[in-house]
Order: sequence, then C-alpha cells, then structure tokens
Amino acid sequence: MSTVAGASAPGAAGPPQPVGAAPRRSSPRSMLWVWLLLGLLALASARVLSGADDIDSPGTLGAALTLAIPIALAGLGGLWSERAGVVNIGLEGMMILGTLGAGYYTFHFGVWAGLLGAMAFGAIGGLLHGTATVVFGVDHIVSGVAINIIAAGAAAFLAEVFFSGLPGGGPTQSPALPNAPSFDVPILSGAASDLATKDWFVVSDAASVVAALTTDMSAFTLLALAAFAGTYWVLWHTPFGLRLRSCGESPTAAETLGVNVYRYKMIAVTASGALAGFAGCYLAVVASSGYANGQTGGRGYIGLAAMIFGNWRPGGLLTGSLLFGYTDAARLRSGGESVHALLLVVAAGLLVFALWQLRRARAAHAIGFAVAGGVVLFWFLAADTIPSDFTQMTPFVATLLVLALFSQRLRMPAADGQRYRRGEAG
Amino acid sequence: MSRARRLGLTLIAPLIAVVAAALVTSLVLLGVGESVGEFWAVVLSVPSSRLMVTIVNNASVLYLSGLAAAIGFRMNLFNIGVEGQYRVATFTGAYFAGLALLPGVLNTLVAIGVAMAAGAAWAGIAAVLRVTRGVSEVISTIMLNAIAGGLVAFLLRELGEQQGQIRRTTTIPESAWVPGIPLIPGEPSLVYGLALLALVAGVGYAVVLNRTRFGFDLRATGASETAAVASGVNVKRMTVAALLLSGAVAGLIGMPDLFGDSHAYGSTIQVGLGFTGIAVALVGRNHPAGIALGALIFAFLSVQSNALGIIAGISPEIVAVTQGVVVLSVVIAYEVVRRYQLRIEQTEVARALEREPAAGSEVGT
Repeated sequence: MSTVAGASAPGAAGPPQPVGAAPRRSSPRSMLWVWLLLGLLALASARVLSGADDIDSPGTLGAALTLAIPIALAGLGGLWSERAGVVNIGLEGMMILGTLGAGYYTFHFGVWAGLLGAMAFGAIGGLLHGTATVVFGVDHIVSGVAINIIAAGAAAFLAEVFFSGLPGGGPTQSPALPNAPSFDVPILSGAASDLATKDWFVVSDAASVVAALTTDMSAFTLLALAAFAGTYWVLWHTPFGLRLRSCGESPTAAETLGVNVYRYKMIAVTASGALAGFAGCYLAVVASSGYANGQTGGRGYIGLAAMIFGNWRPGGLLTGSLLFGYTDAARLRSGGESVHALLLVVAAGLLVFALWQLRRARAAHAIGFAVAGGVVLFWFLAADTIPSDFTQMTPFVATLLVLALFSQRLRMPAADGQRYRRGEAG
Repeated sequence: MSRARRLGLTLIAPLIAVVAAALVTSLVLLGVGESVGEFWAVVLSVPSSRLMVTIVNNASVLYLSGLAAAIGFRMNLFNIGVEGQYRVATFTGAYFAGLALLPGVLNTLVAIGVAMAAGAAWAGIAAVLRVTRGVSEVISTIMLNAIAGGLVAFLLRELGEQQGQIRRTTTIPESAWVPGIPLIPGEPSLVYGLALLALVAGVGYAVVLNRTRFGFDLRATGASETAAVASGVNVKRMTVAALLLSGAVAGLIGMPDLFGDSHAYGSTIQVGLGFTGIAVALVGRNHPAGIALGALIFAFLSVQSNALGIIAGISPEIVAVTQGVVVLSVVIAYEVVRRYQLRIEQTEVARALEREPAAGSEVGT
C-alpha cells in the first residue's frame, strides 16, 4: 500500500524489511496515477453500494478542490521552510495574517492587490519567524507558537480597526469581497457534467472529476497549481534549489562549500510566509466571501500534516491536501450521509492493509488492522448516518490515521528543526 | 562569574521582553491612531479588589496550564494539546461529579481524579502514537485538540441537559462544591477554593523534578537524549510517563472553576486556556516560580484589558498582541543572554589559562 513512500525512502528507520521484499522502483508520477485510479474505483464502488450519490458528484469534487488548495498552499509554505531546515508551525498564524491582508487590500484595491497584500502580510510573519529562529537561534516550535499567538491577536485587533465602520463589515468580519475571475472550459465542461449525472459505474465518476476540473475554475486555483510546478522546478532543478535544500540537510557542509546558509534560510522562511499568506487569501476570497475571525480553523496545521504525509515532496503534499480537502468537502455536502459512505472505503482500506500485512508475515499487525476494519465496517452497517460533530473531525482523524500508518516510512530533511550557527562547522 | 552577575543576567531577559512588548504595543496603537496614553492608563491602573480576586483566580488556572505544558517542555516534548486534554478532562470530571455516585467531599476528590485520568488518557494517545509509530507529538496533539472539541460537543449533546440558552452537564450536587476563600477583607467575591491545587501542583512539580530520580531522568532526557540512553534511561517509558503526567495536570485546569463557580460543564467553558498555558510556561522558563510570575502577568493583562473598550474605546484584543510579543521577545532575550553568558565564560576560561602558561607547556613537553 505504501510503495510510493517506500521507494522514495529506502533509508528510513522503519521496521526491518523481510529479505524477499526488495523495494520496487517505480517513478512517483506513474504511482500517483495508479493511486488516483484506485481511489476513483473505491469511490465508485462505495457510491453504488451505499447509494450516497453526493460522495463524488461534480459539486463535491469541486468543493474538495476549493478546500484542498488552501491546505496545499500552506503545506507548500511548510515545504519551502522545512527543506531549508526551519520547522514552521507558525504557518497557521501566517495564514491568519494572509486572510486579514486579503480582506483589507481586496476591499480597497481589488482582487490582485488583495493577493499581493495577503502575501506581503504572510511574508512579514515569515520574516519574524526567520529572525527569531535563524538569527537568534530560538527553538523553531517555540517561535512558531509565539507567532500564532501574535498573529491571532493582531488579526482580531486590526479587523476591528479595518472593518468596523464599513458597510456590511463588522468588528469580526470584512464586507463581502469580490471573487477572483473564474471560467469554464467550453464544450468539455458541459459534456462532462451531463455524463456525470448518468449514474454509470466508474464512467460517471470519472466524468465528475473532469467536470469538477473544467467548471468554474478560479484563476487563483490555476495560480496555486502553478506555484506547485514552480516550486518543484526551483527546488529540484536549479542550483538555487539545491543550495536551499542543502541548508536543510547539512548546513555545516553547505557552509564549507560557500553557501550563505543564513540568507538561504531567511529566503525560504519568507517565501514560506508568502505562500501561507496566499493560502489565507484563497480562503478569504475564493473559498468564502470575505475575511472572518478564526476563518483558518487549523488549516495551517493540516497543511503541515499534509506536507509530512507527502514525505516533504510537492507531489505527495498535493495528494495529501486533496485527501484532506475531500474529507472536508464530503462533510460539508450532505455530511452525515457522505462520511457514512466513506466509512465503507476506510473499512475496505483497513482490511486490504490487513491482508497485505499478513502476506508480509506480520500476524500481530494484520490482526490489529483486521479488527479495526471490522469495527469500522460494523459501524457502517449499524448506522445510517454520522452525527455532525464526528463529520467535523474527519480531516483531523484522517490526518492522525495516515500519520500512524505511514510515519515510519517518512524521511524529513536531516537537519530539519535543528539550530545552526555560522562558524561552528569543524 | 559572580552570583550577583548571574542573577542579574537571568532577570534582564524578562525585563527586555516586557519593554519590547510595551514598545510594540504602543507602536501598533500609534499606527492605527488610538491613544497610547489612555491605553496604558487603563491597563496600569490599580485594580479594584474585585478585579484583584479575578486576577488571582485566572492566574491560578493559568499556572496549572503552564505547569502542564512545562512538564513536557522539560523533556523536549511539545505538548501543544493541553487545550484538548483540559476540555476532555473537565467534561469527564463534570459529568462524573454530576452523576452524584458518591457523597459529599468524596465525590469532589474522586471527580478530580477522574478528570486527571481523562486528561492523561487523552495525552496518552499522543504518547502511544509517538513511541510505537514515531508520530511527532506536535502534530498529533494539535489534531487531538480539534478532535477533542468535536468529541466533547457530541457527548454534551448526548449526555447533557438544556438549561435556557446553553447545553450543560447535570449540575454538581451542592455537597460537593468547594467554598471560596476570602482573600481581601470586606470583598464579597472569593478566590476559588481549588486555587490551592495550583499551589500543591507547583510544589509537587518542583519536588518531583529536582528531588526524585524520575525528575532527574526527565531533565536528563530533555538535556541530551543520547546521554540519557547511555546512562540507562528508558526514553520510551519516560516519554509516555511525561506526557501522561502533563495530561493529568492539564486535567486539573478546569477544576477550580468547575467546583467553585460554574458547577457544570457547559458550552460557555473558557476556551484557549491550554494555549495560553504554553505561552505562560515559555515566559516562565519552565521554572515553578517563573511560571507563577508569567501566569500573574498574563492574568493581569487580560483582566485589566476588559475595561479598554468601555473607557478608552480600544479593542481589548490588542492585549493578545502584547502577550504574544512578550512570549517571542522573552525567548529571544533568553537566547541572547545565553550566548552572552557563554562568551563571558569562554573569555574567563581563556584568561585563566593565560595566567598559567606553565601548566600548558608542561603538558606539551
């Protein structure tokens, strides 16, 4: 089940591998398609078996994408920072600053100025985190916690100053903001939407995906996807990216090769803040219709979890974000019913995982997963729907489960979170 | 380095932090065109005796929260989940006490124990995930905070009862209430009886950490995990123990208010205490007395700021900025002082070596 992570992290400190199970080499990109296909098949089966049609309607998938992008952008911010060796749990705070910046600048100067303003606000948070951790050597988690406190307070205070007197605004929310431009892909969008309503096994489900990707596509979504492509290219295909990543793997070695580690770390953390600011902007402008206090709701943290899930790689991060965005969307649209149908998918996944563990002669693990799968299956059969309180927890439980199952196959940058001082290389 | 100088250096860091926080707050107020003078006049006014009692009450609760976070910090464990543990524990304790299975004081005592166990169990999830699956406690406790919110809301709906606008657990029988303590003569509002829990927990924290083998192992693991392993410390067991203990203390946070004032867990419970506790522990440098000072400062600021909106027309939220800046500048200041101390020690050692050049050359020959 986790060949992707296994192939990319052969040196991870996982459980001892049986001799027969040599790591299979396959490019991560082709594996991504296999996963997407498997996911589609699982969703289609669950839809037919449980009759919960909304679990992969174009509407749900579109909402999933809209909810996934802020998580993905925050995670991308985390990726920049942690690849340079700075753990950034202040993402949440930088995202809050982003929502505030987006609210203020979008209202006064329009959508694009709003985006720039949000990124600037986020970047200020990033600079602060960088100054504390890189220049002064403060513990990264401590600095992140402090930045989250400051950002939440500053946003709540400034929101009252910015929006109180405005029409439609108030001390805790901005007036309604204009949305970013969006468009439909001609012909394809209409055809796919028609096909999606036909209720054909797998075919309609695939059409749903196409419809979601071609209908009402926001310019900000495209920009976010471009940021992913850009990050991948910059960090893995340019000398700049190589140097930046070397600061996260071995800053002392980078220093001896003449890399200005402080500068690279500062650039990375500032970029991280700007991306988190973009995430906040997307949340305020595209995913909802304006700034509101407490809008981020822990999405910065989920972004961080998505990045860990993605093994500190952009592709995996995007997959993780889509997963979390999807669970979030499923609960919002006919929540109880959809999440109930998802239980079937989870149960099947756990049982397959149990079989896989059995094949690798790990009886104890197999029994554990089989029991867990049985419990979830029983839950699916016994109840018709799930209380709304539980559906709200879905993304968080999903994060915990995923980390519990995969964390040992992950490999973070070697010097991630460690203090570094210039001139201490031996 | 002389003792006086060392003490001076320890005290200078919080001083720098307070000055920095005051400066930043004033600049923010100036930037948005509010009156800086009025702000400080309100915040630094002498609190009435009623407000003083409120400050002591808030500080005792924040102190417990700070201790819970500090136990983890001493071992380099970041228990960000104090908030979730506090919510789960307070709900469980309130529900148990509301059942009135036991008479009088016994009910109070056992309910406190139940709450501590619930807090420890909630933290235990993160502990188990860390030692068996290697999941960072930072991420898992953050997720558990969110899950705790949903879980408690669900349980409140299933097990609670409607009272007017809010939903709450069954009110605790009067025999189990803990009477308040009159702190200021002539003042009708009282300090929570269970504020004494903070005192007990603080003393316990100091004794366990500094006078027991467990505390030594805990600090040793925090200072250097490899060294601790080499000297025979079972790090996995210490991780579980520290997180359970941290969760158990987090379970105490809600008790003073539960048995002293609200007598039930309702949707009006004070949120964010767990996060503030982390900040308080950082400001107090995980030292039992330092945390107390931090708790007092934070409680003072939040209580005093309540009047800002009415008197000066300034949003009380500004105080959250002040508190955040205190945290960030205090950790930076401690780091700067540490580096400065290190440099002084290095020069002193170098000077001492220079004074005895003979010793060096003898080794060489």
